[in-house]
Amino acid sequence: MANNPVKTEATYPSVRELSVPSDFAGINLQRISERIIEFFLFLAAMSSIAITVGIVGVLLYESEQFFAHVSIVDFLTDTQWTVLFTNPRYGIMPLVTGTLVTSITALVVALPLGTVVAIYLSEYANPRVREILKPVLELLSAVPTVVFGYFALLFLTPILQKFLPGLPGFNMLSAGIVIGIMIIPYISSLSEDAIKAVPVTIREGSYAMGATRLQTALRVLIPSAFSGIASAYVLGFSRAVGETMIVAIAAGTQPNLTLNPMEGAATITAYIVQVSLGDLPHGSIAYQSIFAAGLVLMLMTLAFNIGGYFLRKKFREIYE
Amino acid sequence: MEDLEKNTARRKRRDALFAVVGLLATFVGMITLGALILDLAIDGVGRLSYNFFTAFPSRFAGQAGILSAWVGTTMVMMVTAATAVPMGVAAGVYLEEYAPKNWLTAMIEINIANLAGVPSIIYGLMALGLFVYQLNLGHSILTAGLTLALLILPIVIVATRESIRAIPNSIREAAYALGATKWRTTRDHVIPYSTGGILTGVIIALSRAIGETAPLITIGALTFIAFLPDSPITSEFPFISFQWLMSPFTVMPIQMFNWVSRPQQEFHLNAAATGLVLMVMTLCMNAVAIYFRYRFRKRIKW
Repeated sequence: MANNPVKTEATYPSVRELSVPSDFAGINLQRISERIIEFFLFLAAMSSIAITVGIVGVLLYESEQFFAHVSIVDFLTDTQWTVLFTNPRYGIMPLVTGTLVTSITALVVALPLGTVVAIYLSEYANPRVREILKPVLELLSAVPTVVFGYFALLFLTPILQKFLPGLPGFNMLSAGIVIGIMIIPYISSLSEDAIKAVPVTIREGSYAMGATRLQTALRVLIPSAFSGIASAYVLGFSRAVGETMIVAIAAGTQPNLTLNPMEGAATITAYIVQVSLGDLPHGSIAYQSIFAAGLVLMLMTLAFNIGGYFLRKKFREIYE
Repeated sequence: MEDLEKNTARRKRRDALFAVVGLLATFVGMITLGALILDLAIDGVGRLSYNFFTAFPSRFAGQAGILSAWVGTTMVMMVTAATAVPMGVAAGVYLEEYAPKNWLTAMIEINIANLAGVPSIIYGLMALGLFVYQLNLGHSILTAGLTLALLILPIVIVATRESIRAIPNSIREAAYALGATKWRTTRDHVIPYSTGGILTGVIIALSRAIGETAPLITIGALTFIAFLPDSPITSEFPFISFQWLMSPFTVMPIQMFNWVSRPQQEFHLNAAATGLVLMVMTLCMNAVAIYFRYRFRKRIKW
């Protein structure tokens, strides 16, 4: 058309006139099938919302049945959790302390190690070493947790017992340490991302003042990247709180109100596993109790995630 | 001046010291990984025999095997992959290529991020309440496969989105310029070019699902199964049966958990052997994923 400016619209039919009569059905069909496909893709994306609604709905529905039988005050203040006994008591506290003690033990291991690894990988390791170290370290989070449980119970606990005579076979210490090692990659890779995101000019400014890499990392990079590092910690903690198989295998299934990691105690997750292994009739109080326990677990992780969000907001450094 | 030199020397010493500390801290994780594999190998390798893979669990540790467990794992994984991959890829494609910028899209995105942080046992509780008792799917392979599919859905979605995002817009514009519709562009260009990244994500997600234990225990997987599900291929017309979907099942991590929680030493050896098989499987899958990522990253230059 461009080569022949003499022929104008009058001689050539417009695009619309050309396509509509001959291809009308085809185009319409195509348009409809485009819309149908888009709708199915949209449904797939909406499934994530459906899952959340499903989780919250099931937990609330079954917990409501549970709390129709058990008063919330008892649930929160009683110090015994003996749902499977003939004289059941429904105090969630021992399960919550079990969960907190194992998770805090895990954090005591994972926070320092994860942070040091993050600084090392981002500021010290040369790129070729990092290319090897990082994937290998991340394999830790690919290990099935039941294997970690085996390791905690049959490898780490006997070793710990040599140093700590009197340590029982099921204890929260060994389970917590293994969870801690498991979450190192979560914490280190998120913290590393946060440290890497600090603009290079800030690093150079620090070096120009004569600071070493260590001083730069501790006094400049970590404070600047604190919001990212804090959210890595929070994510690690919620992993530890939700961890199930390691504690179910290595920490025992006996609810125990204690803050001493050298004892065995059931966590919320271990209790759910223990009850699920037995054949409980649908609709019994014990059946409903695992949903109430699950709701508490969910609220705990939610609280940490919201806490992490505010932490991130409060300490965020914004760079131009 | 001397003070300054001393100060510099001290700071340099600390810096060098930290390089060593950092390397050691990195090694803590790796040594644990090594010790774990070695421990499993020492305890379990003696139990690995042809018989171990072809025998059902037994009261006698020496005769017990993981036949029902690995068959169960395979079947559950088939359901999981068949559900999570199409759903996850479709959701990822929608969010990257179609989704308008509005509150609903923002909500979907927040949801996916949140779901990735939900403990896996919570998915098990949801499946128990919803699939097992509301939808009456029973304690079946189907329930297990769907549960794990929901669990890994966020991983598949995120992997899909990341690899789609790496495709430059010029490719899409070229397709549109030739008159392709949005779906044709997506189907013929966007999805094929992002296959490598999606595949990597899917493999990593499935390697997570293979090791998952807690949600399957929650939905009522049995720990002792001495029979196989119905075969998916039958001798009569129509030669394919879906009866196996409704069959009770066990999987390898649950079999291992069952053996590790028994007091007898001999069963611990079986647990170690099962753990070894599981580790080899997950490590192989991860190795394949790393290799894919490396290859695709290298090959594709836009």
